[in-house]
Amino acid sequence: MGMTIVEKILARNSSQEIVCPGQIVEARVDVVMLHDIGTPGIQRPFRELGTGKIASHVRCVIVPDHYVPAPTVQAAENLKLTREWAETMGVEYYYEPGRGGISHQIMIEQGHCLPGQIIVAPDSHATTYGACGALGTGLGVTDTAIAFGTGQLWFQVPETVKIELTGELGPYVSAKDIALYLLSLFGEDKLIYKAIEIAGPAADRLTFDSHACIANMALEMGVKTCLFIPGEETLARLRQLRQRVPDPVRPDADAHYESIVSIDVSLIPPMVATPHSPSNGKQVSEVAGIHVHQAFLGSCTNGRVEDLRVAARLMKGHSVHSGTRMIVTPASQETYKQAIEEGLIRIFLDAGALVTNPGCGVCIGGHLGLIAKDEVCISASNRNFMGRMGSRQGQIYLASPAVVAASALAGEIADPRLLKENC
Amino acid sequence: MIRGRAWKYGKNIDTDAIYPARYLVYFEPAEVAKHAMEDVDPDFLNKAKPGDILVAETNFGTGSAREQAAMTLKFAGIGAVLADSFNRCFYRNAINNALPVLASRGISEQIDEGDDIEIDLEHGRIFNYTSGRGFQATPMPELLQRIISANGAIAYYRAHPATLPDAAELTGTALGEEVRCE
Repeated sequence: MGMTIVEKILARNSSQEIVCPGQIVEARVDVVMLHDIGTPGIQRPFRELGTGKIASHVRCVIVPDHYVPAPTVQAAENLKLTREWAETMGVEYYYEPGRGGISHQIMIEQGHCLPGQIIVAPDSHATTYGACGALGTGLGVTDTAIAFGTGQLWFQVPETVKIELTGELGPYVSAKDIALYLLSLFGEDKLIYKAIEIAGPAADRLTFDSHACIANMALEMGVKTCLFIPGEETLARLRQLRQRVPDPVRPDADAHYESIVSIDVSLIPPMVATPHSPSNGKQVSEVAGIHVHQAFLGSCTNGRVEDLRVAARLMKGHSVHSGTRMIVTPASQETYKQAIEEGLIRIFLDAGALVTNPGCGVCIGGHLGLIAKDEVCISASNRNFMGRMGSRQGQIYLASPAVVAASALAGEIADPRLLKENC
Repeated sequence: MIRGRAWKYGKNIDTDAIYPARYLVYFEPAEVAKHAMEDVDPDFLNKAKPGDILVAETNFGTGSAREQAAMTLKFAGIGAVLADSFNRCFYRNAINNALPVLASRGISEQIDEGDDIEIDLEHGRIFNYTSGRGFQATPMPELLQRIISANGAIAYYRAHPATLPDAAELTGTALGEEVRCE
């Protein structure tokens, strides 16, 4: 019997010939990522676990990103603890704010994720690592401490659902629209516990940034992990950063899937998820005209250079609407520098947008731009739960960078296809 | 056996609601316990008594990986959570913190708020004393029950050092006896 990608990874990392859905295996963990919430969080369980050190085969990467730079004294204490602990533990890969960015972006951008690896983090959006063909999954701090200290962890082998993407994306339709479309199809709960594999000609044509966007957003469907087979673009990037890059894990021809869903992406319009669930996907035309007080472009979902490019292309020579504020958060220092080199940041600034340092602040309602009661935010981030970005009486609509940029210019939710390009 | 009064909630109750992000910086049990269900039901901590049972529809604990969502319920003294289904990360976090959780499709329809509920975790049995009806869920895999019985994952790993890498040499062990590949 053949195996799917996730089955192969779990089998290999638990030294099994074969594994099947439902089985529980104790698998080797290759990489553990921690940030400024996870590091303080694992202190107690790690101390109680008693190993006192990082398991020898585990690569640990620490990237403070949630509350950087510190907006409160409590956050400053957490950042201090994170920095000091990284040093005490001899963590090789520590990214001080100013040298890193959003942790998930650093993980995939700096070569910390390789095909076939098992990578865990105390952060749900660790599914992003599937863009590199790695089994990335979010855990709580107890599981993370165990993975960190022992280098292994139990996993139940999930069922796999295969999603085949065909067709060509329409103008101003992007990976985010595919993700929001999938969410509207599967809801928040139909894929819980499951792994998804995304393949097909349209998936192969998508860029690495787009794979990362979909793998990131797939978590909102409740999946354990979301896997792509990395293409040449991804592998070439990884080879620049790492000496040895394993071959991508491919599913067997006779692998068993719980189901196979085929989607023609040419039928997907620009999407908007209405409050208060990422699965409330609608066509942009259904919600166009709703006034927006804040437009946010950023996050581990859509703060990459590809996202900034599409927004800048729409915004060049235009101004953000007078009744709207726009916040742009590049996903990492590298993204930020690249955006400066390409002139994208200048376009945002000229349009009257605020550009912040890389970090999670706006997306998690932590700092750098919360919304007030009755305010509406159109956001390229990943969650529109009630209260996520500030007031519980605020309204969050999720959309692609193109829709966010178009809406920022129009002052209301707008279809980017109806705006005239200016370059 | 776990017995308590049921408090009912809907579907897709997310971790931002169970434990809002504004308290993420806290990890001390006493502080974490103060915010249980704050954005779902601000009155929850005034109503619920230690040992009470939370009953929800599908996908309880969806959203972020924050362990405080499970910790806050455990530290607030909640006896167990029953749901039609759980988000996977919340489910792991609950087990790791010895918060009993049992998933059973349709169970939320069989329990009303205030019902007197008993759960037999080992056998996956649920009994509603108020309606006089019993239900059979799929029992939790044995390993997970052992973790809960050990009072959480850390205690379990400490008690089973053979699973630590120095002893096991990372050979990997299939722990599940219940499922066999064909």
